[in-house]
Amino acid sequence: MGDEKLDLLQGTLDLMVLQTLATMGNMHGYGIARRIEQVSGDEVLLNQGTIYAALVRLQQRGWIDAEWGASENNRKAKFYSITKRGLKQLADDTAYWMRLSGVMGRVLAMGQEGSEP
Amino acid sequence: MKNPSQESSMDALRRGWARLRAFFRKQPLDRELEEEIASHIAMATEENLHNGMSPDEARRKAMVKFGGVEQAKEKQRESRGLPWLERVLQDLRYALRSLSRDRGFATVAILILALGIGANVVVFSVVNTILLRPLPFYDPSRLVWIAPDGANGLSASTYSVDAYEDLRSMNKSYEDVTGYFAFSTEDNYKLTGRGVPLPVTGIMVTGNFFHVLGVEPMFGRQFTPEESIKGGPAAVMLTYPFWQRQFGGDRSIVGKTIELDNKPVTVAGILPESFDFGAAFSPGARVDVLTPLIMDDIRYDGNTIAIIGRLKPGVTIEQSRIEARTLFPQFYWGKRFPDSKNNYTAYPVFLKDYISGKMRRSLIVLWSAVGLILLIVCVNLANLLLARAAARSKEFALRSALGAGRRRLIGQVLTESLVLAAGGAALGLALAYGLLRYLAHQGSIALPLLSSVRLDGTALIWTLLITVSTAVLFGLVPGIKVSRTNVQEALKDGGHGTTEGRQHETMRTTLVISEVALACVLLVGAGLLLRSFLHVLDVDLGFEPSTAAAVRIDYDDGGKTDKRSAILQNIANRVSSLPGVDAVGFSDNLPLDRNRSWGGPRIKGKTYKPGEGKGAFVYIVSPGYMKAMGMHLRGRDFTWQDNDNSEGAVILNESAAKELWPNEDAVGKMAVIGKKDVRVIGVIADVRDTSVEGKVSWQMYLPMMQKDWGPDGAVLVLRSKLPPEQLAGSVMRTLRDINPNQAAVEFRPMQRLVEHALSPRQFFMLLVGIFAGLGLLLASLGIYGVISYSVTRRTQEIGVRMALGASPGNVQMGVLTKTLRMTAVGIAVGAVVSLAVANLIASLLFGTRPTDPMTFIAMTIVLGVVAALAGYLPARRASRINPMVALRNE
Repeated sequence: MGDEKLDLLQGTLDLMVLQTLATMGNMHGYGIARRIEQVSGDEVLLNQGTIYAALVRLQQRGWIDAEWGASENNRKAKFYSITKRGLKQLADDTAYWMRLSGVMGRVLAMGQEGSEP
Repeated sequence: MKNPSQESSMDALRRGWARLRAFFRKQPLDRELEEEIASHIAMATEENLHNGMSPDEARRKAMVKFGGVEQAKEKQRESRGLPWLERVLQDLRYALRSLSRDRGFATVAILILALGIGANVVVFSVVNTILLRPLPFYDPSRLVWIAPDGANGLSASTYSVDAYEDLRSMNKSYEDVTGYFAFSTEDNYKLTGRGVPLPVTGIMVTGNFFHVLGVEPMFGRQFTPEESIKGGPAAVMLTYPFWQRQFGGDRSIVGKTIELDNKPVTVAGILPESFDFGAAFSPGARVDVLTPLIMDDIRYDGNTIAIIGRLKPGVTIEQSRIEARTLFPQFYWGKRFPDSKNNYTAYPVFLKDYISGKMRRSLIVLWSAVGLILLIVCVNLANLLLARAAARSKEFALRSALGAGRRRLIGQVLTESLVLAAGGAALGLALAYGLLRYLAHQGSIALPLLSSVRLDGTALIWTLLITVSTAVLFGLVPGIKVSRTNVQEALKDGGHGTTEGRQHETMRTTLVISEVALACVLLVGAGLLLRSFLHVLDVDLGFEPSTAAAVRIDYDDGGKTDKRSAILQNIANRVSSLPGVDAVGFSDNLPLDRNRSWGGPRIKGKTYKPGEGKGAFVYIVSPGYMKAMGMHLRGRDFTWQDNDNSEGAVILNESAAKELWPNEDAVGKMAVIGKKDVRVIGVIADVRDTSVEGKVSWQMYLPMMQKDWGPDGAVLVLRSKLPPEQLAGSVMRTLRDINPNQAAVEFRPMQRLVEHALSPRQFFMLLVGIFAGLGLLLASLGIYGVISYSVTRRTQEIGVRMALGASPGNVQMGVLTKTLRMTAVGIAVGAVVSLAVANLIASLLFGTRPTDPMTFIAMTIVLGVVAALAGYLPARRASRINPMVALRNE
């Protein structure tokens, strides 16, 4: 991989945001972006700005809520929190991703096994 | 299991709603996002500062991490609101801006569209009123017209009282049957007791008329059963316009009495505005009041009642036809007089078909003609837009280079087309509204239901439909062309001029050729209708309408023929002594006005099988009538001595005379009419009785002074070279002088009767003619546009040719030849199509064949001349190109 970063798959950013909010509680946009960068070990190519499209999408679906508040440094910021329906969605999506990545892993591993002998 | 973050339908709904809300809260949401981004960058900067960067560095890094601020905003907006709607609005704003920069083009385009769309709306409204919209009665789909099939003349399509009564009591098909007296004449009543007696036209209807039609009085009540019985209380129902005109819309008149023919009559009710007896049953006639038909008054008058039935729910018209076949011959009168069996058949048709069926073909022709106009409009606009597109190719290339996709570009052009079409539609609707109002109040056009023509919801939907399809039709071709613009080619300096321009021109030429062909079809159609109309005008009516006039007179002879003779002679003497009056006579009936037929004359001494014998139209006339009408008589006219003391006399028309005595002179022969022996004293030229174009039937004229033929009413006919307006005053004064009770009736030039009879044909011819003219104008505009554009484009080439020695004359000829070649192709295509189309309107033609060479030749000449004119201006411009200037520009 070298210094090339991963492009995000369609829909994965939404899932990351949900997961972040579920584990971290209320967060503002900057916090969410930073958190995803840290966890992904800077492997993900993320323009921090794109997070706002994801946030409005999730909010419109009723999976997250938003509220203006004050940041740690007393700056005005919008804080997002996951809703009950968001938690349910997160559970569904996570299960899906686990299964998918399991299947993908097995399928991709198959080629390597075959070339061994 | 679902994909990650895939929406459920509930979520989708919620999101759609949220997007819609966001679309309308654009500004506050944008501000919020702005704040959010600002605080995001501020926090990032702080964190960087905290990590020991310099302020500048901290801010720069924060910005880099964030990515493009504008892109982020755009992305968020896209997931937030309704981006497609925003694009449409943006296109719309852009279209309006670009059209307002090019006002001349927009104005011309909108005007052309307004004409095309307006014409379509008008014709659609007429078609809608006459053909499509249900009749203004309750559940009109169950109303049927009951009459024998193919009957000629009113008497043959009406029934006697007993037949009406038998049908009512014996049938199983109808919920109820109603009727009206079909022979009511214009101004048959007088409104008296309020100064000068006012002529009133009344129709007698059976007691259940409004009930069967499902018409409720606006105020008041229906007729009571007693009011339809001889000797019962007199009642009248006022039509809405009459009530407005005469009583100023005074509601308190209901239940009060007014005076008709000097007798008190109770106003039972006011009919609603939507009820227009004339529009449905007697196009172009004014009806003022309706009165109950007293059966006993007309019981023995023969066939007088027009019958309308309301089918029982579930009964089909076919079933009622089958029943009619067996039922009608069982009626009393039919059994008693098996000879008259002709009238004891019936072929029920839907009332709607009876009223407007005859118009169907004409209306469809009209509709098609106006559709052609719209097509030509589309072609013309496509051409205009193509020319504009060529001029704007750089603009489009630039937009395409900046990332606008093909769909976006086509969408842009279509948006412009829609804006133009919408402008055209708005103006067209205004034009149509005015024209329709005018038509609705044009009482002189004898088209059924025309008085109720108006712009309704259906017409508006139709307008929307044609507006959008027009926009797509004329916008799509240029749109596709534009979107294919080669970016490099167009952006090069002087970019047009090579293949692009030539392709455009080929397409434009093709469009113009099709335009010429379409105009050709319209011209041929209009030409054929015009030729037919001229033939109709040339028809020998059998009388001379131009210098005759008629006025309905009042007299009361108490049924005594000698008294009648004295009254009429007195009037005749007084009126004929007026200056300028050449001849005076009376008839109870005028041709083309009212028609009535009786059992016709039979040869005396010959035995007839039942049902043999023919009917004849009847005119009961006084001496002098034929002369006053300008009819050609062989033999002698009636005299005042042809009365009850002398031998019965009759004058026959040529058709009857020839058929009865094929190889002999009918004059002097004896005939039998009814039971009376009559001598044929004269033979007169055939008169057009029901319509100008129709076939002529038998006609017979009977003397007014013989009591066997009691006339119903009398019309004074006079012949004078003076204009009618000048005569009217003195004639009316004389009539009032003789009879103070004479109503202030209309003094009608006979020509008006003819015009009324011709009005539907004239109406159609006029409209198709206008459309043909419009088509011609548009086609010539198209030709001018293409040739003019081609000259502009080829300025340099022409300059070179002139520099090499081509004379201005050569150049001019060259351009003109090109124009005419294009036109010739259009005419050739158009002529072939016209031949096919002309056959479809064959049944509307009169004395003209669909292949009429005159029409085709005239069409070719007209189009050729107009094309030459349209090409002449650009040709002259081409011949004046200065080679030096043209080449210097190179």
